[in-house]
Amino acid sequence: MSLSRAFFAVIRRDLVLALRRRSEVANPLLFFILVITLFPLGIGAQPHLLQAIAPGIIWVSALLAAMLSLDSLFRSDFDDGSLEQMLLSPHPTSILVLAKIAAHWLVTGLPLLIVAPLLAVFLGMPNHALGILLLTLLLGTPVLSLIGAIGVALTVGLRRGGMILSLLVLPLYVPVLIFAGNAVQMASGGLPVDAQINILISILLMALVLAPLPVAAALKMSIN
Amino acid sequence: MQTKSTHSFKGAGLSCIRDDRVLFEQLAFDLVSGQVLLLEGKNGSGKTSLLRILCGFREPDAGAIYWCGDAIKDSLFYAQMAYVGHLDGIKKELSVLENLKISLALSCSGRYSIDQALAKVHLAGYDDVLVQALSAGQKRRLSLARLLITENVLWILDEPFTSLDRQGIALIETLMIEHCANGGMIVLTSHHDIALHNVDVLTINLS
Repeated sequence: MSLSRAFFAVIRRDLVLALRRRSEVANPLLFFILVITLFPLGIGAQPHLLQAIAPGIIWVSALLAAMLSLDSLFRSDFDDGSLEQMLLSPHPTSILVLAKIAAHWLVTGLPLLIVAPLLAVFLGMPNHALGILLLTLLLGTPVLSLIGAIGVALTVGLRRGGMILSLLVLPLYVPVLIFAGNAVQMASGGLPVDAQINILISILLMALVLAPLPVAAALKMSIN
Repeated sequence: MQTKSTHSFKGAGLSCIRDDRVLFEQLAFDLVSGQVLLLEGKNGSGKTSLLRILCGFREPDAGAIYWCGDAIKDSLFYAQMAYVGHLDGIKKELSVLENLKISLALSCSGRYSIDQALAKVHLAGYDDVLVQALSAGQKRRLSLARLLITENVLWILDEPFTSLDRQGIALIETLMIEHCANGGMIVLTSHHDIALHNVDVLTINLS
């Protein structure tokens, strides 16, 4: 009975499940791509305006795509009883929960990172800002999954928790949006962004350490 | 066959109140290795609530539960129990083998290997079949196979005979007798009359 084996087994199971439910997983990514491609069409031939709002567009879309994918984090486990079994495991629930969040990020966050450079070019973002955009997404999207997990864990027991979930989670997403959006904006203008990146790193580390505990507690409450 | 160590599972003064309705009060039991506790009662009498309290999913409104003399939170309870509830706890998109492997990874390995357990519940040869292709009875047998592959002393079973045919019921009864003979204990609810020979069965009627 080793904890690391359980951790990786949970990640593996969730990745296999994601592979077998492809359409469900592709949804948020498709949403992200669609929203971003619609902006240039809606705004028309104004490349400067588009360039100026590109960081905001990409980050707001990433945030909404993450929201869209959140519900799937614990829903099926809750419905089929796997969650009960996970809570009864002798391993600490917070670690198993972290494995689930990690798998969720690999399935929903990582694909955003892969398509983002392409979409950034589409919006006319300068090339030298691409690196920072990727860095902010790399640091920011795991935070979205981690914080989102708290909201989902609290609402998974409610049949129609979607609205409450967004109300709970969106305000907590705002700091990530502000610092990440700002970093990309500054980078486009050729300014240093160390401060924003450092703040994003600290938010990520704090979420990594602090989020699994309330998630585990909330799941125990929801299952009751 | 006697095991070296005996375990005890004890509840004292348990009560459960749901929506201002008292389901049970001052309920006590004392179970030791080799015994079965059968919970009886009509629908809505609190059988499942009691099982969920015993699993630690719910806090009892009064009373406490002890595993080998310690409160369940401070004991090895979770390493030594297994629960099969109304929900199977198996993923329908995964194969039989994948489902059992994840259960094994979440717990310690027990008396039987996965192959042996599948043979025991008459699911040998179904390893690579996706669970969504199984019948309800087969799914139930699969979730009961989980009890065999993980290390455990206490089985908590909520209506284990649901959707099983007569052979399936006999099979599970045999497994239960064997578990008790090996020093295990079982808490279960059932609407069926269970036939457990040579096993000490305690009964609590909740109605």
